[in-house]
Amino acid sequence: MVALTSSHVMRSYAYWLVVYRRTWRGTVITSLLSPVMYLAAMGVGLGSLVKGGNGTDGLTYLQFVAPGLLAATAMQIGSFESTYPVLGSFKWMGNYHAAAATPLTPSAILVGHLLWMATRALIASSVYLAIIAAFGALRTPLAILALPVSVLVGLAFAAPITAFAASRDRDSGFAALQRFIVVPMFLFSGTFFNVTQLPAVIRPIAYVTPLWHGVRLSRDLTTGQLEPGAGWLIPLHVLYLVALVVVGVVIARRVYQAKLAK
Amino acid sequence: MSVDEPEPLIHARGLVKRFGDFVAVDGIDLDVMPGEAFGFLGPNGAGKSSTMRMIGCVSPPSDGVLRILGLDPRTQGPRIRAKLGVVPQLDTLDLELTVRENLLIYGRYFGLPRAVARERGDQLLDFVQLLDRADDTVEPLSGGMKRRLTIARSLINEPQLLLLDEPTTGLDPQARHVVWDRLFRLKQQGVTLVLTTHYMDEAEQLCDRLVVMDKGRIAAEGSPRDLIERYSSRDVVELRFAIGENEVNAEKLTGLGDRMEVLPDRVLLYADDGDGCLELVHDRGVVPLSVLVRRSTLEDVFLRLTGRSLVE
Ligand SMILES: Nc1ncnc2c1ncn2[C@@H]1O[C@H](COP(=O)(O)OP(=O)(O)O)[C@@H](O)[C@H]1O
Ligand SMILES: [Mg+2]
Repeated sequence: MVALTSSHVMRSYAYWLVVYRRTWRGTVITSLLSPVMYLAAMGVGLGSLVKGGNGTDGLTYLQFVAPGLLAATAMQIGSFESTYPVLGSFKWMGNYHAAAATPLTPSAILVGHLLWMATRALIASSVYLAIIAAFGALRTPLAILALPVSVLVGLAFAAPITAFAASRDRDSGFAALQRFIVVPMFLFSGTFFNVTQLPAVIRPIAYVTPLWHGVRLSRDLTTGQLEPGAGWLIPLHVLYLVALVVVGVVIARRVYQAKLAK
Repeated sequence: MSVDEPEPLIHARGLVKRFGDFVAVDGIDLDVMPGEAFGFLGPNGAGKSSTMRMIGCVSPPSDGVLRILGLDPRTQGPRIRAKLGVVPQLDTLDLELTVRENLLIYGRYFGLPRAVARERGDQLLDFVQLLDRADDTVEPLSGGMKRRLTIARSLINEPQLLLLDEPTTGLDPQARHVVWDRLFRLKQQGVTLVLTTHYMDEAEQLCDRLVVMDKGRIAAEGSPRDLIERYSSRDVVELRFAIGENEVNAEKLTGLGDRMEVLPDRVLLYADDGDGCLELVHDRGVVPLSVLVRRSTLEDVFLRLTGRSLVE
């Protein structure tokens, strides 16, 4: 077994930087506009109807919803970047196969790409956090720690979905993934309202969604206010998300190995 | 092996590739020496690409011995690949990136410093006559240009061994000649070339030595001239008859030449003296629609060895 060297990972990562350098302009408007619209509509607009109280952990609705949207954005970036770009790299674009003919190993190709997905999550979350700050919805400098959390959330989706996408021959599963996993999580995992408002029977489902753990962490950090009586949960949230990343990477690594060296 | 005897760049014994129960490469033996231009000639499905992918260390052998540049692909893949240039059967270029970016990224994969990759990249673009397109995106380039770019890309790491899987398949004749010309220059510079093809003219033009491959096995090995001498006559008389009359006429020609092949669209007579043979045809009162006397080619070798045509 050849060791995974960081230099090889960075070579694989560099590919995505070059691609991004050519395409980022096309994404700039959406990545600026979308946070502004969500925060204005949900935080300010809808928020004017919501009375802060127990349901919002004592926060204004804007303060409540902003960190939720931040985490949800990381989820969306992570789950998009790990579908079409991964399948395309195997099938349409050929860049994985090109790289596999060089000293890069399948593992280096995989980890370099995941690192890029983490970077995308970081870029989008940084923009989001800056806009949240501009809306005056941050209560503590600790909020900066919401960025690593966003990266972790992004990867907790990206790594397992990369394993899934890499094992596919067609893009047919991706719409279902959006419809039945990503969108429901966006709506029901604590972004817009506390999951304690959910009927008791479905609450446990919300607790196993990675987004819920991300939203909790994100909200704790941007508000500097630990979820009531449950500060000890923080390491568990982190561990849960880390575990998803690890499982995703382990499975994806096998798939990459099988597909790029068959 | 003695010290001064050069080591083969590729050494294979009983090399096998299986996909499930299917045997794509069925126990082949090979030695390719430095400086050679070596070819695999065979029809679609012969197992050429499967062999090339094993040599390129992107596909582990299922069985047998394989050593590339003296190293074992099973354990030394990255080290070997660092010294190979690969032109895969299907281009794996980044269509949205520019010509130059494609080279720079590839150089990066090999760990070349930016400046080196840039300088070498431009030299290579000049070599494949694409320097004026350096800043254009790849997408709109013609098939021949893309192929030349892939060849330039494969040379960015100054490889010891260049692997080309069907370098000109799908190109129009003019584009093929441009590619051949570039490959010929590389050959003259002493680059070791290993290529696959199902074009006999490509094999004849470029290869010092080749193997005829069919159904995962090597049917024969030698220089193009050797193979033709061994498996065919000097000349071939090609006779075309009206539809459905091949068999009848062939019967009348029994015994002429060294050998006869009756194909769906023509009858071939193999003889060292083609014109003399043709006279004998006329003497027997056989009147074909058209006649061609030509030299034997690798196509005839393939037909002799396998009973089938190279290109269906
Ligand atoms: N990854 C694969 N899985 C299953 N069968 C394969 C695979 N690659 C090639 N084959 C089969 O192996 C045989 C040889 O293919 P290939 O090496 O591509 O031949 P060639 O390059 O001479 O056309 C073909 O029958 C092909 O269908
Ligand atoms: Mg092939």
